[in-house]
Amino acid sequence: MAKNSTSKHVDYVFRIGGEGGEGVISTGELLTLTLARAGYEIYTFRTYPAEIKGGHANYQVRASDRLLLSQGTNVDVLVAFNEEAYQKHVGDLRKGGVVIYDSDSFTAASHDSAILYSVPLASLATEKVGVKLTKNIVALGVVAHLFEIPLEAFADLLRDRFRHKGEMVVQKNLQALQVGADYIKQQTKRDAIRLGPGPRQTKELVLSGNESFALGAIAAGCRIYAGYPITPATDIMEFLAKELPKIGGYVVQTEDEIAAVGVVLGASYAGKKAMTATSGPGFSLMTEMIGLAVTAEIPAVIVDVQRVGPSTGMPTKTEQGDLYLACYGGHGNCPRIVLALSSVEDAFYSAIRAFNIAEQFQMPVIVLSDQYLGHRKATVPVPDPSKVPVINRRTPTPEELKQYKRYSFTSTHISPMAIPGVHEVGYVATGLEHDEIGYPAASNHLNHLAMTRKRYGKFHQVEAIANELTRQYGEEHPEIAIIGWGSTEGVIREAVQLALEAGYSVGALHPKIVYPQPLARLRAFLEGAKAVIIPEVNFTGQFATLLRKRFAVDFIQLNKCIGLPFTPQEIVDKIEEVARHVNSRRREVHAAKL
Amino acid sequence: MSTAVDAKYTPQSYKTDEHPIWCPGCGDFGVLASLYNSLAGLKIDPKNLVVVSGIGCSGRTPGFVKSFGFHAVHGRVLPVALGVKVANPELTVIGAGGDGDGFAIGGGHIAHAARRNPDLTYLIMDNSTYGLTKGQYSPTSPVGYKAGSTPYGNIERPLNPLAMLIAYGATFIAQGYSGKPKELTDLITRSIRHKGFAFVNIISPCITFYNTYKVIPPRLAEVPRDHDTSSRPKAFELALQDDHITLGVFYEARLPTFEEGVADVIRHAQAAGPSRLEQIFAEFS
Repeated sequence: MAKNSTSKHVDYVFRIGGEGGEGVISTGELLTLTLARAGYEIYTFRTYPAEIKGGHANYQVRASDRLLLSQGTNVDVLVAFNEEAYQKHVGDLRKGGVVIYDSDSFTAASHDSAILYSVPLASLATEKVGVKLTKNIVALGVVAHLFEIPLEAFADLLRDRFRHKGEMVVQKNLQALQVGADYIKQQTKRDAIRLGPGPRQTKELVLSGNESFALGAIAAGCRIYAGYPITPATDIMEFLAKELPKIGGYVVQTEDEIAAVGVVLGASYAGKKAMTATSGPGFSLMTEMIGLAVTAEIPAVIVDVQRVGPSTGMPTKTEQGDLYLACYGGHGNCPRIVLALSSVEDAFYSAIRAFNIAEQFQMPVIVLSDQYLGHRKATVPVPDPSKVPVINRRTPTPEELKQYKRYSFTSTHISPMAIPGVHEVGYVATGLEHDEIGYPAASNHLNHLAMTRKRYGKFHQVEAIANELTRQYGEEHPEIAIIGWGSTEGVIREAVQLALEAGYSVGALHPKIVYPQPLARLRAFLEGAKAVIIPEVNFTGQFATLLRKRFAVDFIQLNKCIGLPFTPQEIVDKIEEVARHVNSRRREVHAAKL
Repeated sequence: MSTAVDAKYTPQSYKTDEHPIWCPGCGDFGVLASLYNSLAGLKIDPKNLVVVSGIGCSGRTPGFVKSFGFHAVHGRVLPVALGVKVANPELTVIGAGGDGDGFAIGGGHIAHAARRNPDLTYLIMDNSTYGLTKGQYSPTSPVGYKAGSTPYGNIERPLNPLAMLIAYGATFIAQGYSGKPKELTDLITRSIRHKGFAFVNIISPCITFYNTYKVIPPRLAEVPRDHDTSSRPKAFELALQDDHITLGVFYEARLPTFEEGVADVIRHAQAAGPSRLEQIFAEFS
């Protein structure tokens, strides 16, 4: 297995594993923040048990002096708090990688390709610090000294983190850090991993995908959030519950997801920008009200942080399995916009875009994220809201109010939306088929066709935005084309770089709006391609299936369905396999044979 | 700004061009007339009024009131009404529903509306049947009720809307009858004036599928003059007796509303002045 780092660049993957609830996550977070403050680019990845306490948890931190696109393929440093963590992860260690393990918990047999450091973490914490809970800080002391990360960087963070708990707690933690560093000083360093003080002084934020989206929602002008707790979306609600009141907004925790979307539609109808976030089970419950938003033409942003389904599935694991539901969920001819988040940085700007599209076209926008993106943290440049100017809904002019038609047919299919308490003339927003005024028209057959065309007319206009927002990596017209969507962007981009370096003709296209699809961009990209790979973290290839409706191409699916994201190497392997077929046959590749 | 604000508030001025689709003789006509009277009496500006409904015969109510309206999906009156109220606490928000919409498909929302206590009015037009789908039994139909889905008679006991709302902690609970328009107007007026979640169960017979016009009047009684409307136990006692259908206000209390709570939270969060996005960014470095 390859090293992440090269002679020119620092690029290390740390993985911390142990029992859930024992500080694995906080150790990972402290390492993340310290390295981020030191100026490294960070890309974390978490898996954790569905149980509150117990079960195996791990936290992975990739740190580099250049832009990171994925969590990485191999592990450079494994910190194992127990034997289970060691057994589970030692196989992912690169050749010559490092294991730091708690020798109070187990004894690791010598390993032919790993460098082992045995440290009695629990007894150092108990005997030298007097607090067993500090064993994860002892481990950080070991990491700091061994890999030459300035101890003071960790110490500063510990002071910030524990100040509110009192000086005693701060001192115990600082002591634990020193105990770890002092202990490892006695051992000879046998590895070559060295980070140093860090490369960069420019200011960056450390955000999770969920946090980044929530910040973007604030920037977009969202002031009402309604939601029901559900993993892995809850932290959007908790974040906004804290922040929205500071800017005059509020979070309503509703009795279920149906009520959540009901509050959102009521609030939006009354003139406030509103959103909800959920995961698969809650999203399933929302489908009826999404249809209401479509036909009553009410702006709304609905986030689905996807987890493994169906039903309760694997609540803490990642999947891209809700695309069909997002595009087609609900009855009737029911156009809505589906936007997929591609990275932590993108989540901020896409949040503003989601609200903009909802407002401009007066329709629901579904935002697909997933556990992998929602819960991982990354360093991002301080977001600049001015990059995506905010758009607000069209309201009636005094002239239009004289003979007000809420659902008037216009050239843009967008009609003026009056706001209660603001505009003099009211109307009834309704899920019943209605005429231009909003009056029930449940038996007017031709009116239904005209209204359906109006709603799809708005939808089809978004295709132009979808084309604009599509990004491409690698060769513009490659032999081997890759189409991705959502959180796989970074991994695919890194795989494309690796494959290009290895001499393959490869390129990737990544739409942000997946419904409607950016057909013009897709058409241009597919021209001349000898093989097209569509990697998705689901079983059936949902995006590939949607694209087959539009393109007569024998798409090669690459599906991963184990609740974990792709690694770049998995994509590279597929590129190599497909390339062998392309080269040997000199004609189009048959997906069924791959 | 416009003449609408200065228009004379008469019951007629709240009527729309849409003619109600209800069957001639439907109790809902009486409810609508009382609602017009209340709105006129309270001089509510249509610009600041939102009538929210679900599905069923009652669901068409917003179309018949000159104001803003939201005809939502089945059972979701209260979440939508809450959203409207949270977005703009200055609005007068009235929810209109039936016994199926409110107590069956939407029954899960009532408890939470009651305990949150948003300042909105919830009028239930209770006809003890599903009129729009031709008479199936509803949560308030009596045992033995025979219709399409209960050809051998209903075996489920009906729920008691008033006792339920008292248990949930609603802050205004009343019952009216569509055939007593003057009294009903008074109840609706009091429910709109009430600060907090006001619930009025209105017996509103379905002339087509469950005609109770003959059986209800003899059973009607008034809330006793000496009834203590500030006592939940007394309200329960009144709600649980089943000799009569009691009309009037069962319970009334002034408790903090949801919007007042929201305003308090915002005031507290902004104690050091309102925040800006850049300040929030600083928490993440």
